Amino acid sequence: MASEHKGETLTGGTERHLSFPIADLDALRELRAGDRLRIDGHVIGIRDATQIAMFDRGEKPRMDLSGAVLIHTAPNVRKLGPGRYEKVCIGTTTSARMNRFTRGLMERYGVRAIIGKGGLLADSLPVLEEFGGVYLAITGGAAALETTQIEEIEEVEFEELLPECLWKFRVRDFGPLVVAMDSHGTSLYEGVTAKARDKLAELVARL
Amino acid sequence: MPSSSGGPPVSSDVAYASVEEAAKQTYIRALKVLPPDLKEALARARAAETDPSGRGFLDIMLENVAVAERDENLVCQDTGTVVFWLEVGDECALNLARVSAAVKKGVERATLEHPLRPNAVHPVTRKNTMTNTGRHLPAMHYEFVPGSAGLPADALKLHCLPKGSGSENMSFLKMFVPADGVKAVKRFVLECIVEAGPKPCPPTIVGVGLGGTADLCAALAKKAVLRPLGTHNDDPVVAALEDELLGAANELGIGPMGLGGRTTALGVNIEWAHTHITQNPVTVNLQCWAARRASAVVTPDGEVTYGF
Repeated sequence: MASEHKGETLTGGTERHLSFPIADLDALRELRAGDRLRIDGHVIGIRDATQIAMFDRGEKPRMDLSGAVLIHTAPNVRKLGPGRYEKVCIGTTTSARMNRFTRGLMERYGVRAIIGKGGLLADSLPVLEEFGGVYLAITGGAAALETTQIEEIEEVEFEELLPECLWKFRVRDFGPLVVAMDSHGTSLYEGVTAKARDKLAELVARL
Repeated sequence: MPSSSGGPPVSSDVAYASVEEAAKQTYIRALKVLPPDLKEALARARAAETDPSGRGFLDIMLENVAVAERDENLVCQDTGTVVFWLEVGDECALNLARVSAAVKKGVERATLEHPLRPNAVHPVTRKNTMTNTGRHLPAMHYEFVPGSAGLPADALKLHCLPKGSGSENMSFLKMFVPADGVKAVKRFVLECIVEAGPKPCPPTIVGVGLGGTADLCAALAKKAVLRPLGTHNDDPVVAALEDELLGAANELGIGPMGLGGRTTALGVNIEWAHTHITQNPVTVNLQCWAARRASAVVTPDGEVTYGF
């Protein structure tokens, strides 16, 4: 899975398609910050309350998360029947709130990729490095578009936490996504933030 | 509009039914169709953006706005904490207790009938009400205003602001003292933008409340977020501060989705109140690029006119 491009933009140019879940849990080590992706297969929706249930209350889901890509979301859905839901609008939430669960997801459940917006915190970088994980940035707020790329809600667990359940979505051409944090210690957010802090000091002196 | 002057004193049940319907419709409409000033600002930002990452994210944002309108779907999945700003004409005789109840009912109906994602939970038990309403929710701010071209004196205007949590979590208050000066205010606003970084879905509208008390200041920051882009505060001193802070914010390089670019803020809107001789409160309330808002004017005879 060689990186055939050094993507700088989210749109245009080469996009790699990856299918999830992945069988080889080390497969994503070849991805580099800046690479652009679209995803086919399954994406698992997860949220604050879901992870509090899993890690703080020790409630183990039946769904197999090995090699999975997760997405930080709580969707708008229409209930069709017991355990059956139809999509209304599905989009991505801020990841930083759920930063403390990164290790548990990768170490105990075999998760290897997380789709979100706004980034995980710097202390997740060593975890990504240890387990060969990546953080994939999507365009926050672009839920109408995301919804068109989700074919079906196939499974749901933790229904009592609605809308913060564990959701299994079947997706096609899901993205565009950019590798914003890789398993080699690079976070695109850190570079931007460091420059902004320098600029802030300059601006404050000038105001 | 037969009842706008000299008609029956207010107001048949039809007016409150209209308020309920207007609350429901403005909530749904705000979630689906972004206001023209915002769409134009995003297009201008795309044209001016030089950073490849920033251009890519702005492209997707603009595409998403078009897909939402085409599919009549929500722009963003976060149906928000619902806030209403209600302008009451100074001759409006509607019973505001009944108006509040009708607004709440409208939000509940929108949530159940559309359906919309329910977000309102108890702060301790985290139990979801499943209706986007609850104790003190939706938040309602009443303001009494003279009649104008946009609002007949006997009418009521609802401004619905479904506030997404990604940006609402990026809210900041600081009680400065006179010796800190205006410079401290400027520094604080910029520090908040840097602290928020990628989290509020930039490019943002930076809502700033200035003066008053801590609670009033926070409400003013929220009111500032509602103001259309390209408008200024009517106080020239404050308007100049808006321009200065917008220029500075867009030098920070945070960019769309916080991954770099020229466009960090689409606007800086400040609302102010006089304050105490000992203090200078400042509140920053960031609003995401998907800055959803919708309005409706309801007359006493139940006629509703929708806008942004």
